[in-house]
Amino acid sequence: MEYFLELFFGGLTRGSIYALIALGYTMVYGIIELINFAHGEIYMIGAFIGLIVASVLTLLGLNHIAIIVIASIVAVIYSSAYGFTIEKIAYKPLRNAPRLSALISAIGMSLFLQNYVLIAQTSDFLPFPSLIPDFEFMEPIAHIISSQELVILICTAVVMILLTYLIKFTRTGKAMRATSQDKQMAALVGIDVNRVISVTFVVGSATAALGGVLIASHIGMINFYIGFIAGIKAFVAAVLGGIGSIPGAVLGSFVLGWTESFATGYISSDYEDVFAFLFLVFILIFRPAGILGRSENQKV
Amino acid sequence: MFLTFPIMVIRVNTIENVVEWRWNNLYMVGIGSFALSMVWRYMLKRKERGGKKADNGPSDAKPLAQKILENRKISVPVVVAVCIIVMFFPFVFSMYQTSILITALTYVMLGLGLNIVIGLAGLLDLGYVAFYAVGAYSYALLNYHFGLGFWTVLPIAAGLGAMFGILLGYPVLRLRGDYLAIVTLGFGEIIRLILENWNEFSFGPSGIANIPRPSFFGMNLSVHSATIYTYYIMVGLCIFTIFVVNRLQDSRIGRAWIALREDEIACQAMGIDKAKTKLTAFALGATWAGMAGVLFAAKTTFVNPASFTIWESVIILCVVVLGGMGSVVGVIMGALVLILLPEYLRAFSEYRMLIFGAVLVTMMVFRPGGLITNVRRRYKFEGGEGGGRKE
Repeated sequence: MEYFLELFFGGLTRGSIYALIALGYTMVYGIIELINFAHGEIYMIGAFIGLIVASVLTLLGLNHIAIIVIASIVAVIYSSAYGFTIEKIAYKPLRNAPRLSALISAIGMSLFLQNYVLIAQTSDFLPFPSLIPDFEFMEPIAHIISSQELVILICTAVVMILLTYLIKFTRTGKAMRATSQDKQMAALVGIDVNRVISVTFVVGSATAALGGVLIASHIGMINFYIGFIAGIKAFVAAVLGGIGSIPGAVLGSFVLGWTESFATGYISSDYEDVFAFLFLVFILIFRPAGILGRSENQKV
Repeated sequence: MFLTFPIMVIRVNTIENVVEWRWNNLYMVGIGSFALSMVWRYMLKRKERGGKKADNGPSDAKPLAQKILENRKISVPVVVAVCIIVMFFPFVFSMYQTSILITALTYVMLGLGLNIVIGLAGLLDLGYVAFYAVGAYSYALLNYHFGLGFWTVLPIAAGLGAMFGILLGYPVLRLRGDYLAIVTLGFGEIIRLILENWNEFSFGPSGIANIPRPSFFGMNLSVHSATIYTYYIMVGLCIFTIFVVNRLQDSRIGRAWIALREDEIACQAMGIDKAKTKLTAFALGATWAGMAGVLFAAKTTFVNPASFTIWESVIILCVVVLGGMGSVVGVIMGALVLILLPEYLRAFSEYRMLIFGAVLVTMMVFRPGGLITNVRRRYKFEGGEGGGRKE
């Protein structure tokens, strides 16, 4: 039973990280119907910037909590800027081009960013300092859920609530929903569609960066390649829940997190990634619209 | 500049807690990004102006490359010259050059195979490398266990490739473009992970060594002559591929693929079996990949899962995109440029993938048709006569 609980919370943590990345995917997909392959790379860049800032601040001698807060904020700002620029360079000129072109452009961007970090930094695994302190009140249940996992869960929950607020109750959120329903109509009623798309990219990148910093300090290792697999898995999660739907992305992420956690815990850890992909294939075969998605008929 | 600042300038060394400031990179990045953004703006402007011009009146001017291709006076000597160069290449140049060219020709084959799937049928397949791996491993394993030779395995591998193509194609038929990309990508990764982890079957990450080179009617050749021999097999196969793809393009099924790429629903309304057409595209594409895989295994005499990562798929995709989707000459040119240039520019080898990525983005933005655009056949009305004339 304890083993089960441990796996359960492990899966929950994993799932919440996937959720942070999957949100960006699903938001971008909801609005411009494009799989942003470079999204995983933004998460990786977020983790790297978090690491750099944290190291600089450690030299200056701040305490751990201040460091992780500042590092997260800087990473979020930078990643948002990256998201904004990527959209301007790689996707905006292709707004009206066939979808295949935009998709290939996204793959190119992902390849470019990965190698850019590889050349500018290093190809080795970099150890990430463990900055989240161990809480004393967690002591008795530490073998089931560590305090790092708790922090990640709380952060994810807060981000989810903020995001739901943003989308449901603000003007920007309203504009976003309108744009995702019908771009032309939204433009007609006076919504600046380009601005809305930029905002979506910025928000998505910001959550991904936060996820990057959190998971990096949890696992303790980063390299230039982490973005790719994480990105793909987050995408799997987004598809699982029904792409374009935000609660769907969160639910899908948790399902995926648990699947991986239990599969590796009870079956074998060699095939961890295989499970994720097989899961995706099955979902797409049997329920292409996802758990919470609505199936849409293609119209001429 | 603001963007690149932390990653370019600061390199952290967490082990020794040292922060390295690299201020000199800052100047380079500043100047570079300024120049690049100027070029980018200028190109975008030009593209927009070009687009407006095209709207004003349809111009009859064809791209330069297309003109050359259609003008027999130029194209015949060029083809003859290429043939002569290809025939005598291994005798004139060193073995190193020859083996590079073999690699390039492997990519020509892969590119042409993928071209069927992406260029003609419009299905973005990011797991293409999986079929390549199937081919390479089927040669390695069949040879290891049963001692089968190169020529026996070649058709078997082609068949296996096609089978895997259908196996993968069948469940994903219903999916639309982007889902398809992800599923094929997942499939590619699954194959690689299985090869890496299933030690009893594929000998894990260490791979299989000592795969024999192709033998010439039972004679065992020295390394040098074997390379030349492989080269000729490769050339032969490439010509075969080009021939088949060319024939396919104008056949009934080829036209069905192109129609399917343009509009699925209209296509179904015209009575084309969507599932069957897509499956043939997958199977045929995979067949070439399987054959290329056998040749790859025979050439390097060694296979391991590390040769079949997702980025290999992306390079093949680059080949197709750079050359021009759907055009055979374009794909050949793309493969030669992408594989030969990095070989001769060894000094920049670490920037190779970086440049590939940038090339993919810029190509998509400025020349979605590729270097050599495939001009579609169209029917044009001659005024008054009422009849269609093939152009």
